[in-house]
Amino acid sequence: MSMRSETVSVAQRTDAIRGLEGFPLVPVLTLTVIALVAVFANFLAPYDPEIGTLTARFRPPAWQTGGSVEHLLGTDHVGRDVLSRLIFGARVSMVVGFTAVAVAGCIGTWLGIVSGYLGGWVDQVIMRITDTWLALPALTFAIFLAAIVGPSEMNIVIILGAVYWTRYARVIRGEVLSLKEREFVRLAIVAGCSKATIMRRHILPNVVNSAIVLGTLMLGVVIVTEAALSFLGVGVPPPKPAWGLMLADGKKGLMVGYWWLTVLPGMCIMLMVLSANLLGDWLRVKLDPQLRQL
Amino acid sequence: MTHYITRRLAYSLLSLMLLSLTIFLFVRVTGDPASLLVEPGASQADIDAVREQLGLDQPLWVQYWHFIYSLVRGDLGQSFYYRMPVLDLYLSRLPNSLLLALAALAFSLLIGIPSGVLAAVRVGGFWDRAGKVFSLLGLSLPSFWVGLVLILLLSVDLEWLPSSGSGTALHLIMPAFALGWYFAAAHMRLTRSSMLEVLGSDYIKLARLKGLPEALVIAKHAFKNALIPVLTLAGINLVIMINVAVVVETVFAWPGIGRLLYEGITFRDFPIVQAVVLLGGAMIVIVNLLIDILYAVIDPRIRLEG
Repeated sequence: MSMRSETVSVAQRTDAIRGLEGFPLVPVLTLTVIALVAVFANFLAPYDPEIGTLTARFRPPAWQTGGSVEHLLGTDHVGRDVLSRLIFGARVSMVVGFTAVAVAGCIGTWLGIVSGYLGGWVDQVIMRITDTWLALPALTFAIFLAAIVGPSEMNIVIILGAVYWTRYARVIRGEVLSLKEREFVRLAIVAGCSKATIMRRHILPNVVNSAIVLGTLMLGVVIVTEAALSFLGVGVPPPKPAWGLMLADGKKGLMVGYWWLTVLPGMCIMLMVLSANLLGDWLRVKLDPQLRQL
Repeated sequence: MTHYITRRLAYSLLSLMLLSLTIFLFVRVTGDPASLLVEPGASQADIDAVREQLGLDQPLWVQYWHFIYSLVRGDLGQSFYYRMPVLDLYLSRLPNSLLLALAALAFSLLIGIPSGVLAAVRVGGFWDRAGKVFSLLGLSLPSFWVGLVLILLLSVDLEWLPSSGSGTALHLIMPAFALGWYFAAAHMRLTRSSMLEVLGSDYIKLARLKGLPEALVIAKHAFKNALIPVLTLAGINLVIMINVAVVVETVFAWPGIGRLLYEGITFRDFPIVQAVVLLGGAMIVIVNLLIDILYAVIDPRIRLEG
């Protein structure tokens, strides 16, 4: 008896291990650390990220000559502590990144479901709009929208949602087209479910996996776009500590070689985007074989 | 064939119409278009004059008709800052953008195709793994940051290359690299998967059975066919590069369309912003149409399906 339960548990364990094969441990840890830093920014940051001391401008990091442990990663052109700005910048990237992906995901998934399930002219209209919006270069389109509505964190989320929902709509619609021919959907129709109920209770749960995989893959794209918009001055408004904005400020010290103002915020963006991409790639292969071709 | 092309043309026209409608509606629904289309700091009288001129008191469809009518005549409005028609400005910057995009494309193909082939020939080998790292970084690093770091290294520290501006081939190296890395990664991935597909096909097996040397099989039989999808993608990417170069052009002060867009933002010159997004979208719709037609000419299966 005990032998048997042991084999079962061993089998279960190998199953669990196989399920985690190639698990991107480092990327997940990196994202977790960034998330924790974002949450506890108030406790972690040594200084106020938006207020600087003009007498302490352009201080290099502690290990360079002229640097001090007061400002571990140096200060910027108005004497603000770079470490504190990086820490609070994690919050901006996380909040904007996740909410924008969620907004785009909600719009795109629902339009994809409605388009795929209802078909006919509704499908035609939604898909033509999707195609047209996909033809617009994402960054240029986002800049155009930002120029109309003006810069703010909230507006950035809405703009990124409006620009990126099309990618979800395309993929989700394709899945719904095959789902709606399946037995359980037909049975639901026979049982007298309304179209809205079928879409909500029977189709939606079956496409959530793909939406999550797409969302993870989109996270990197969205964060880079946010940084680019902030860099160009139509994203998060100053003096907020956003990584893209820090890069724009860093340009002021670039030609005199103040490398920390450029290299450090970029490294943060890189770490976050790289981690999100690696996690997304793993999830794609693991959760959703259909998306492997993407 | 004619039927297929007519249908594709109709779709593209529809896309162009939806594109203009999208831009038109966004400008009008999200606020007061008159305040966007007058110079910053204009007087109330000026705003009223623009409102009158644009016919903003008329129904939306009449306004849209006027909007389309001026677009068709090539009238994209007047730039406040440069005091000249936006279309002329756009066309004067286009050659610079094209030059940068061509350089970036050349770089991305020179890196992407050979490394993709090497990766496919020895799957799991050194080149395959090195290529994976290269493409992962290319797809994850923001191009403007790559540009800034390049300036820091090659202009400030080593003083090898000019940090900004245009005019000589040296000015082109860093922006082309910063812009092209992402696309090199994309071209590499596609070359690899395309090569793998071709190498697994029956005619390659036959070529090997005939006893042809491996190098000849890869170079002559596999490579040529594997290249077709890559070159198609490269064609589309050229147009995309022209339109996404805004941050790279800003970093290097490269006088192309992206830089024009940036000037449009900083000087609050809205007609420029509107024109760049409209023309960018139109360019991509038209290139997609041309590629569809080209495919139909080359491959009869496509036009029969259509």
